Amino acid sequence: MASERPNRLYRNLTAKIAAIPMILTAVCVFLGGTAWTVVYSFTNSKLLPRAKFVGLDQYERLWGTHRWVVSIENLMIYGICSLVLSLVIGFVLAALMDQKIRFENTFRTIILYPFALSFIVTGLVWQWLLNPDLGLQSVVRSAGWVSFNFDPLYNADIVIFGVLIAGIWQGSGLIMVLMLAGLRGIDESIWKAARVDGIPLWKTYVFIVIPMLRPVFITTLVLITSGIVRLYDLIVAQTSGGPGIASEVPAKYVYDYMFQGQNLGQGFAASTMMLLAVLIVIIPWAYLEFGGKKRG
Amino acid sequence: MANPISLSVTAAAIGTTRAELSGPRGARPKRAISPRNVFIYGTLLLVSVYYLLPLYVMIVTSLKGMPEIRLGNIFAPPVEVTFEPWVKAWATACTGLNCEGLSRGFWNSVRITVPSVVLSIAIASVNGYALANWRFKGADFFFTVLIFGAFIPYQVMLYPIVILLRELGLFGSLWGLVLVHSIFGMPILTLLFRNYFTSVPEELFKAARVDGAGFWGIYFKIMLPMSLPIFVVAMIIQITGVWNDFLFGVVYTKPDVYPMTVQLNNIVNSVQGVKEYNVNMAATIITGLVPLIVYFVSGKLFVRGIAAGAVKG
Amino acid sequence: MTSVSIRDLTLKFGSLEVLKSLNLDIDEGEFLVLLGPSGCGKSTLLNCIAGLLDISDGQIFIGGNNVTWSEPSERGIGMVFQSYALYPQMSVEGNLAFGLKNARMPKDEIAKRITRAAEVLQIEPLLQRKPAQLSGGQRQRVAIGRALVRDVDVFLFDEPLSNLDAKLRAELRVEIKRLHQRLKNTMIYVTHDQIEALTLADRIAIMRNGIIQQLDTPHEIYNRPVNLYVAGFMGSPGMNFIEGEISGAGDASFNVAATQIPLARYPFARADRPGKAIFGIRPEHVSCGAAAMEEPFSTDVEIEVVEPMGADTLVWAVLDGKEFRFRVDGQSPLQAGQTVRIGFDPAKASVFDAASELRL
Repeated sequence: MASERPNRLYRNLTAKIAAIPMILTAVCVFLGGTAWTVVYSFTNSKLLPRAKFVGLDQYERLWGTHRWVVSIENLMIYGICSLVLSLVIGFVLAALMDQKIRFENTFRTIILYPFALSFIVTGLVWQWLLNPDLGLQSVVRSAGWVSFNFDPLYNADIVIFGVLIAGIWQGSGLIMVLMLAGLRGIDESIWKAARVDGIPLWKTYVFIVIPMLRPVFITTLVLITSGIVRLYDLIVAQTSGGPGIASEVPAKYVYDYMFQGQNLGQGFAASTMMLLAVLIVIIPWAYLEFGGKKRG
Repeated sequence: MANPISLSVTAAAIGTTRAELSGPRGARPKRAISPRNVFIYGTLLLVSVYYLLPLYVMIVTSLKGMPEIRLGNIFAPPVEVTFEPWVKAWATACTGLNCEGLSRGFWNSVRITVPSVVLSIAIASVNGYALANWRFKGADFFFTVLIFGAFIPYQVMLYPIVILLRELGLFGSLWGLVLVHSIFGMPILTLLFRNYFTSVPEELFKAARVDGAGFWGIYFKIMLPMSLPIFVVAMIIQITGVWNDFLFGVVYTKPDVYPMTVQLNNIVNSVQGVKEYNVNMAATIITGLVPLIVYFVSGKLFVRGIAAGAVKG
Repeated sequence: MTSVSIRDLTLKFGSLEVLKSLNLDIDEGEFLVLLGPSGCGKSTLLNCIAGLLDISDGQIFIGGNNVTWSEPSERGIGMVFQSYALYPQMSVEGNLAFGLKNARMPKDEIAKRITRAAEVLQIEPLLQRKPAQLSGGQRQRVAIGRALVRDVDVFLFDEPLSNLDAKLRAELRVEIKRLHQRLKNTMIYVTHDQIEALTLADRIAIMRNGIIQQLDTPHEIYNRPVNLYVAGFMGSPGMNFIEGEISGAGDASFNVAATQIPLARYPFARADRPGKAIFGIRPEHVSCGAAAMEEPFSTDVEIEVVEPMGADTLVWAVLDGKEFRFRVDGQSPLQAGQTVRIGFDPAKASVFDAASELRL
């Protein structure tokens, strides 16, 4: 026991005691909580968790539910569009900001401020702006373009793009800042060398700078992805999942089944699917990012 | 000292060729309105409109009366400025459950945010310090799990935490939510502090140990005083994060302790009664005011905070 | 034939004048080194020549053409950077070819140039590697290669060896010298390392605060510095400076306290004789012991510290209450505390006006 090698356990004892909150959080909440949810997703828990295992029943029911399929479709469309648009807008804005412009601080403040706001505030503002009777659509119509039609929040086919406009508004500033930090990290001599070589600016970006920013792009991608999977508040505030179920998303499905539908098993299964989606992105990234270092 | 040798060189140079002295001279001619500048500033201005428009619309709408909103367009400035919507949003707007306006949610949010920020920063700074300077066996493992926790969808951990809070007797209370915020703020804040303390020269830490200082002695006497900026950055991250939270608020609290975001959503999206857009927008601005003030006051530190969230461990 | 000419070049950042009405002519095939401490404007001057910085006033000619307003790529220059500035995602071959491809050069011509550059720099086996797989020395060779394939008349080097360790630096220094002897291009080389400057340069321009202090051959700069600044900057350990006064017109002598140094053999550059002056003598121009007695001037000093450095030994002594360094053979048995006779020939010294700090 400890009497054999007493110094082992007691070394850095204070540090270990001080780290107890962290250890408890990591092991009990993050690891334990996740494992618990995954395990109970195989049960038929309803109002309260019950350890009665029913195999993959919950998952079969989940994928047989129209609302869940719609949620997944929405998440895919929103996710891909949001990813591409955020990266493109973020990078283009960062590149523009990097041209030694005047009023850089002003522009950055303007582009980034929505990121300080909550999704609830974001959703409510855009709900108002996209109000077909009084918002953007009515303004354009009263300006003379009578046939103008833009009512994403009341049109089931395009409602997710209405949410996308708000999501991009809130989040693209962050991407811009990260990209700008990446651009500022590039050795200035690279730009000079390219000028001496006579490479046009756009080619310098496409063939030299963007490849150099690969790690920034990947980190950003992981950040955006894990944010997209969690998409919840924005939907609740902007559309409440409507019209009908046209803008439902997985996170809302989980909440509704767990805390309102009194069908915990469905909630657990759905959240396990969300976990799976994130792991598919995170694990290769973590392997690329940290795997090499640990072996080294 | 200033007798440049160039005097004699100039004399020699003038003797060489006169023709050489013709041609372009001085700075390259630059036009203020070049196509390049038009493109850059034009794009940025256009983009700025997209980002500023919602803020503008929020403000003007909140200052109009309902008849004016129904008639006019949302971009028009108010003909008749009224602060009534603000008063109503703050004091008497209804959520469907009560008609106390946002004030109750505001004070709830304050009572949630202050202890959450203090507790989470206290825990995370000690974590970061222990990880950076007192590496113990298994520390890397716990840290990796912690960071993974930042990416795992919260939905997976929602219910286990309900059980945990019930066991602790904190479910539905303000302190329960404080605990939840401390738990979920831990990954990013620990990372922030760990990276900062790692950058502190190790010699300083060693010198203090040679002088006989222990774990807490070094933390309070050496590390704390020299890391004020990083504490401010952590505060910015945590204040905006906790204030803007909706999910945890709605899951872990009961209506009488709902934070402001939940209260706001209930006011605006309540199905009862006539929609009062001006009150809604006033309520929305009031809710966004705290993080906006933090953002505008902190400036570069805010940027540093979000950049810290993206750096790899 | 002049290769690069700079006329009245001025560069201002806001109200700060970084380069002040600077003139410089560099001959074809010349190796010119811009030398000075950091912040003296040497790299700034190089960037102006390259066209990477817009100048405020003046003109720049390269190969007889006025290039003041030309793009860097049109100036007929190749440039090598301290941080190598290789394109990290491209192979060595890609790095060398990128600029040429962009100029729509025929493929066989590109291949020919790369083969030649690779042969000159001995990087043939590295052509398919990525920069990250190369050592610092190899990277810098590739960076030189990128300038080489451009087939330009003027090479610009911006502290190319500063990122390398001492041993590699010495190796690559010789290689750059060899390259210059083989190619006979004009080369402008910026460094803060005086050994690099002395070993490589045909002429050195010593800069300070945006002004060229002295432009001359390494030998002249080392032995006949035009002012106190240049005298103090060149040489390590630095020149000994003794403050005193000059007396007498014909057979002048330099007086400090009780010591009198005869200046009869000193080749005065100017006729006037101000009173207060500074006498400078390099540590290696001082002899000691028996040899000292044969010099035109000799005196006794007390040794404070002896620093053996292998090949030679540096001795720190006290002369008239002031610190005085001299260099002796590495086998010398001198020890701290001893009093020893030293002497030197004032003809090898430099004397400066104490007020203007210019050479007398």
